[in-house]
Amino acid sequence: MSDLNQQMAVRYKNNFLKEIEEQAEMGNWVKMCMQCGVCSGSCPTNFHPGWEHPPQEIFMMIRAGKRDEVLNSQSMWMCTSCYNCYVRCPRKLPITHIMHGIAEYAYRLGRAPKMQPTLHLSKAFWNNCTKNGRVNEVKLTQSLYFKDGLMAGIKMGLAMKDVALGLVKAKRLNIMEALGGGHKCKDVNGIHKMLAKARELEAKRKGRQPA
Amino acid sequence: MTSVVATNQTILVVGGGISGMTAALEAAETGKQVVLVEKNPYLGGRTAQLYRYFPKMCHPTCGLEINLRRLKANPRIQVLTLAEVTGISGSKGDYTVNVKIAPRFVNENCTACGECAKAVTAEIDDAFNYNLGKIKAAYLPHAMAYPQRYVLDPSIIGTADAEKARAACKYNAIDLNQKEEQVSLKAGAIVWATGWQPYDAEKITPYRYGEFPNVITNVEFERLADPHGPTGGKILRPSDGKEAKNIAFIQCAGSRDENHLRHCSRFCCMGSLKQTHYVQEKYGDEGKSTIYYIDIRAIDRFEDFYAKVKANPNVSFVKSKVARISQDKDGNPVCWGVNTEGYKRYSNTHDLVVLAVGMEPAVKGVDIPAEVMSDSSGFIMADPKNAGIFGAGCATNALDVNRAVQSATAAALRAIQVVNKVARAEA
Repeated sequence: MSDLNQQMAVRYKNNFLKEIEEQAEMGNWVKMCMQCGVCSGSCPTNFHPGWEHPPQEIFMMIRAGKRDEVLNSQSMWMCTSCYNCYVRCPRKLPITHIMHGIAEYAYRLGRAPKMQPTLHLSKAFWNNCTKNGRVNEVKLTQSLYFKDGLMAGIKMGLAMKDVALGLVKAKRLNIMEALGGGHKCKDVNGIHKMLAKARELEAKRKGRQPA
Repeated sequence: MTSVVATNQTILVVGGGISGMTAALEAAETGKQVVLVEKNPYLGGRTAQLYRYFPKMCHPTCGLEINLRRLKANPRIQVLTLAEVTGISGSKGDYTVNVKIAPRFVNENCTACGECAKAVTAEIDDAFNYNLGKIKAAYLPHAMAYPQRYVLDPSIIGTADAEKARAACKYNAIDLNQKEEQVSLKAGAIVWATGWQPYDAEKITPYRYGEFPNVITNVEFERLADPHGPTGGKILRPSDGKEAKNIAFIQCAGSRDENHLRHCSRFCCMGSLKQTHYVQEKYGDEGKSTIYYIDIRAIDRFEDFYAKVKANPNVSFVKSKVARISQDKDGNPVCWGVNTEGYKRYSNTHDLVVLAVGMEPAVKGVDIPAEVMSDSSGFIMADPKNAGIFGAGCATNALDVNRAVQSATAAALRAIQVVNKVARAEA
């Protein structure tokens, strides 16, 4: 576990709700939940394994100060971003965004579950996309397909080859990007500066050391 | 031509439901002149459409009858039915009000014998029973309607049916030449008691009201349970007429929801608790009720009513706002959600689902032809800017009958103070 985790645990001693409100994006909405349960009932992952805690239970756990249980949970990572809960919530809580906010915070603290597929995709996409300001589709796909080893990656690639060929024909995918750096936005340095500034502002707002 | 006697010491009451009737009676019984304007062809409003009241489980017809007797005995109240206020000008103590009166096509000779209804063949939606059935186009709105006179629906005027109705009438009561009238009258103060309407359940899309026949609203359920209703008091489900013995009640259908009604409608928890009595009454131990709720708000002294229903083994409570409703191959509605006590998922099949829809003020989106302040839900607020116009009953807040009557009495008192001031100034 990271230093940040230690630091935050000390700063918000016994007040996990406040910690989430100040540190997780959209966390300030958590206290508005009235526990009606409509988000849980609307969740498409509802009847699937791995779904530990529905959103409204997560919100109640936050209020009850169950820090370890929440931050180590798989639940936030199971969100498919279908937005059913968001549109149905009678208190208009941005539930989808809150779940993402808590997930991101858990990751920052080094508490996110290891080998979590959603986490892997999110990291791969973010790193790929921010490097050049444009997504390199070939490299992103590679990093996803070969996550579980060479053979699994080849198998997956073959299974998806028709889709890939279609994309190539429609000029949505350039195979040559596997070699070079791929296409870039006009001002890559500008993008990097903006991201650095955003990180600085976020750290200031949340009272943290810049990451 | 309708003649109305009114001065600037007259109190105008708009809306003839339980609140409007109460305000009119309270004011008239202190000696004030009152004009009572009602949009429907009968008085009583939504109270007349209930089967029973909570908490005493008595029939609203009883309470209404008392009020009607007071009304009939009081010469100071003039009742205009089928009438709507179209314009208000002037100021506190001196209003001029325009009223549009739609033709009834039946005059005072009517004895409510019903011969015209027998003669007419055309049918219209039964609005009194929330369109659950059809009635003849010549009709008495309901058994206790006041005035106790038939109405001819405008859709048959000019057809052979209208002539048949006229020919069938032995009392020369049908007047096909009646026209819409515009009446202008004076008033010192106005009590606005236009009441409420059930929230449009079709807007709550996951519940599929309007699409699944066996998903109905609480106001429709009242009519199903009522012996004067479309099923003669049998609780039969709309899709196949089967006896509905396993009934789900979904609370907060629209209420306490930023996407629908912001406010708690207050009466619906008690309404559903009351309706579990209907199920028990009709089917005994075979009748099962399930209430899905966020929290039960049995307001005020009604907690013991809730406790009694809770003690009934045929009524179960599920602490959950139902997420969605589906329908199985037999037309049974299935409620899906998560029970927040223990976070258990459920998908429960019922014979019938009753949505406890909330109260929306009838004034919402309707232009009151005067400056009247309303809150974020559209209810009329007490505000000095309203001058001599006072909200009463459910036009001001989501209220049960008991509280609506209290609110109406308060509004009557405020209106009386205004006309007293006028009287003193002129004396």
